[in-house]
Amino acid sequence: MSPEEELQSNGSVASSTRNIVGVLKEHNYLGLSDCSSVGSSNLSGLADDDKATISLKATELTLGLPGSQSPARDTELNLLGPAKLDEKPFFPLLPSKDEMCSSSSHKNIASGNKRGFSDTMDKVPLYTEKNWMFPEAVVATQSVIKKEVAQNLPKGKLSTTNNSSSPPAAKAQIVGWPPVRSYRKNTLATTCKNSDEVDGKPGSGPLFVKVSMDGAPYLRKVDLRSYTNYGELSAALEKMFTTFTLGQCGTSGATGKDVRNETKLKDLLNGKDYVLTYEDKDGDWMLVGDFSWEIFIGVCKKLKIMKGCDAIGLGMFCFLLVMPLKSLV
Amino acid sequence: MNYFPDEVIEHVFDFVTSHKDRHSISLVCKSWFKIERYSRQNVFIGNCYAINPERLLRRFPCFKSLTLKGKPHFADFNLVPHGWGGFVQPWIEALARSRVGLEELRLKRMVVTDESLELLSRSFVNFKSLVLVSCEGFSTDGLASIASNCRHLQDLDLQENEIDDHRGQWLSCFPETYTSLVTLNFACLEGETNLVALERLVARSPNLRSLKLNRAVPLDALARLMACAPQIVDLGVGSYEDEQDSESCLKLQAAIRKCTSLRSLSGFLEAAPHCLSAFHPVCHNLTSLNLSYAAEIHGSHLIKLIEHCKKLQRLWILDSIGDKGLEVVASTCKELQELRVFPTDLQGGGNTAVTEDGLVAISAGCPKLHSILYFCQQMTNAALITVAKNCPNFIRFRLCILEPHKPDHVTSQPLDEGFGAIVQACKNLKRLSVSGLLTDQVFLYIGMYATELEMLSIAFAGDTDKGMLYVLNGCKKMRKLEIRDSPFGDAALLADVNKYETMRSLWMSSCEVTLGGCKRLARKAPWLNVEIINENDNNRMEENGYEGRQKVDKLYLYRTVVGTRVDAPPFVWIL
Repeated sequence: MSPEEELQSNGSVASSTRNIVGVLKEHNYLGLSDCSSVGSSNLSGLADDDKATISLKATELTLGLPGSQSPARDTELNLLGPAKLDEKPFFPLLPSKDEMCSSSSHKNIASGNKRGFSDTMDKVPLYTEKNWMFPEAVVATQSVIKKEVAQNLPKGKLSTTNNSSSPPAAKAQIVGWPPVRSYRKNTLATTCKNSDEVDGKPGSGPLFVKVSMDGAPYLRKVDLRSYTNYGELSAALEKMFTTFTLGQCGTSGATGKDVRNETKLKDLLNGKDYVLTYEDKDGDWMLVGDFSWEIFIGVCKKLKIMKGCDAIGLGMFCFLLVMPLKSLV
Repeated sequence: MNYFPDEVIEHVFDFVTSHKDRHSISLVCKSWFKIERYSRQNVFIGNCYAINPERLLRRFPCFKSLTLKGKPHFADFNLVPHGWGGFVQPWIEALARSRVGLEELRLKRMVVTDESLELLSRSFVNFKSLVLVSCEGFSTDGLASIASNCRHLQDLDLQENEIDDHRGQWLSCFPETYTSLVTLNFACLEGETNLVALERLVARSPNLRSLKLNRAVPLDALARLMACAPQIVDLGVGSYEDEQDSESCLKLQAAIRKCTSLRSLSGFLEAAPHCLSAFHPVCHNLTSLNLSYAAEIHGSHLIKLIEHCKKLQRLWILDSIGDKGLEVVASTCKELQELRVFPTDLQGGGNTAVTEDGLVAISAGCPKLHSILYFCQQMTNAALITVAKNCPNFIRFRLCILEPHKPDHVTSQPLDEGFGAIVQACKNLKRLSVSGLLTDQVFLYIGMYATELEMLSIAFAGDTDKGMLYVLNGCKKMRKLEIRDSPFGDAALLADVNKYETMRSLWMSSCEVTLGGCKRLARKAPWLNVEIINENDNNRMEENGYEGRQKVDKLYLYRTVVGTRVDAPPFVWIL
């Protein structure tokens, strides 16, 4: 699972309460990132003195909330164990040091990034209000984490250059990693920023939109710029949502891959259960397929796979993109 | 040879140009040393603190070209705090005071000020060439001085510097009578450009070979510039957006077709993909292509461009090209010598990144490949072993797996065997960067096989001091060793102090080296500058009693003939 998916998954579960979604996401960012991020400084066992020193430093810099402790990593710490939330380091200096240093845990590292969705899901219902931090604090601590992780450097040139335009990453940032010149980082970041500001023009970098599906317990995210036409998007969505039965949708003989021909698929409406819709910049829900691909990615904000019957009101014909589903069921 | 007059020997020496060779001939005998001294044209100083300008001038009174490097390599990644050093001012002052007829100055990772540039521009009548790479500290005002005062300037090449852009009129400071421009690269300037001044400058520069524009030069201006300079060999396109104005596009296409000498293309900082096709007519001649800043261009468009570039020798690209794209490169670019694949998504997790398959494809398809820098999400030992078999000619092999400590994603084993295969097969390997999960074993291999290795970059690797010891003992030609976040400590650091005299420098950050260890080293080796860079409270490190256990954040040591430097900031402690 990619970090984006993980974040989204958590968000949708508690979708009923917007607060919770927001905080939950951020909380999980911290929680998840511990494992998935790279251990920063000393990877082999630190002397206790250093641990103490680091703890001291951590408390100096953190926006400690009542109840949050200074980061003393416990190898047994279950990052997602809600019962231990209070003890959990919200500002881990050495996020996965303990996991990293033992050779036996190499496998963990290999899979550490890819936190199974099921792990997070199990823990979600147990989160209680009092264990959450306020969003502002979380944001602040994210930046603090960046500094903390940076090998005991409380200040100094910790990169505004690192990913300046990117959203909070699923991993904590390590200073100087990956080894890409700050000039390059800045230039690419500026390019991203500039293009996103310009309306209607192809931008740079990924364009992630949420994809929800009626009946599915969690959302996904797709990068619209990684596809060049509707067919590719369709195929990708198909792959993503295969775990949910999408009904008895037969096949017209057309594969998802060569779906570019809207007219062909207009005929597939009857009997098909799902249609793909999107929310545009104005907040309206539209049927996918009316525009050319380039225009579509410029206006699409969210995707939704709706049940066909719900989508009837959207238009006379549906552009079925969650087709063909012959591979499902 | 002693029967020949000095002039004859000197004439022979003119043909010896590499620094290493010049150094060798200077060691033959006193007379050769003297002749070589006075005839040396180009001086290269890899570490500006290893020597000072006065001694340089004493040894080489007649040089014309000076190359200076300042900060250590890891400064590129923000590991060296601002203000550490590398100031060029004392050098320029000293050179200005002397009579040396400086014609070329090439600086890398140094701090350059407007004052320095002004002094430079006024002090050397025949000054021709200024090349600044990854420097900082100056503004366009400094460039204005250069433009105004250097009447014989040929090259102004600014690569990836941090320049304060005052949006001034530095381009208009080139006098109207000035026509000798050969290279102009201002791609790293962020601000607006005086397009009129630029066009007039280009129009009166018949010798212009290399022009690299910045973001602020739009498509229609590009068309006009190329029309003025059809002789251009190296072009950096700035902003290349898809204007709806098709007339501009047509003009550009017409201009491009006339640029039959074009061999190198770069830039595309802001580019719409459809415009790339305008360059297809010249692709078959291109030997160098740098699309590593073209974040907006989707892999498929990159591929369409590259399919035309059969003569490509150098390719810098983003990983958005994907493994499929690299397969196209492998089947098209049979002349490829250097490949760099940079990461688009710096967090990792991107779905268009390249994998080991792309690397294997390249190694199989490009027999002349000798330099590679490859950022990827994952790697396997099997792939590296295959690459080593396919390409035993690597001189530079730099692999960066984005996630530290990541093992072989198929076997979950460390990548020791893979890198071991690389060093064993590539007998001419001079530069190596390793990444992923690595134990001491890989360093054993490196020490055993990498006999020609001169530069090694290590991050998040190794288990014990033995790792570093294997390298220090085995790699006889090691010049630069840089290590971060690896468990090497005092035992490795102190095992062979004399080794550091044979090396330019050693960098160790976030390792296990202690203050006590560093102090012992400094005592044993007075000809080294042992610098502790500690951005925390300035003098906390001096508290005695804990030295043995107090870890050093950053250690940078280098050999020098001029002792402790005087310009160190407070957070740098030179032992």
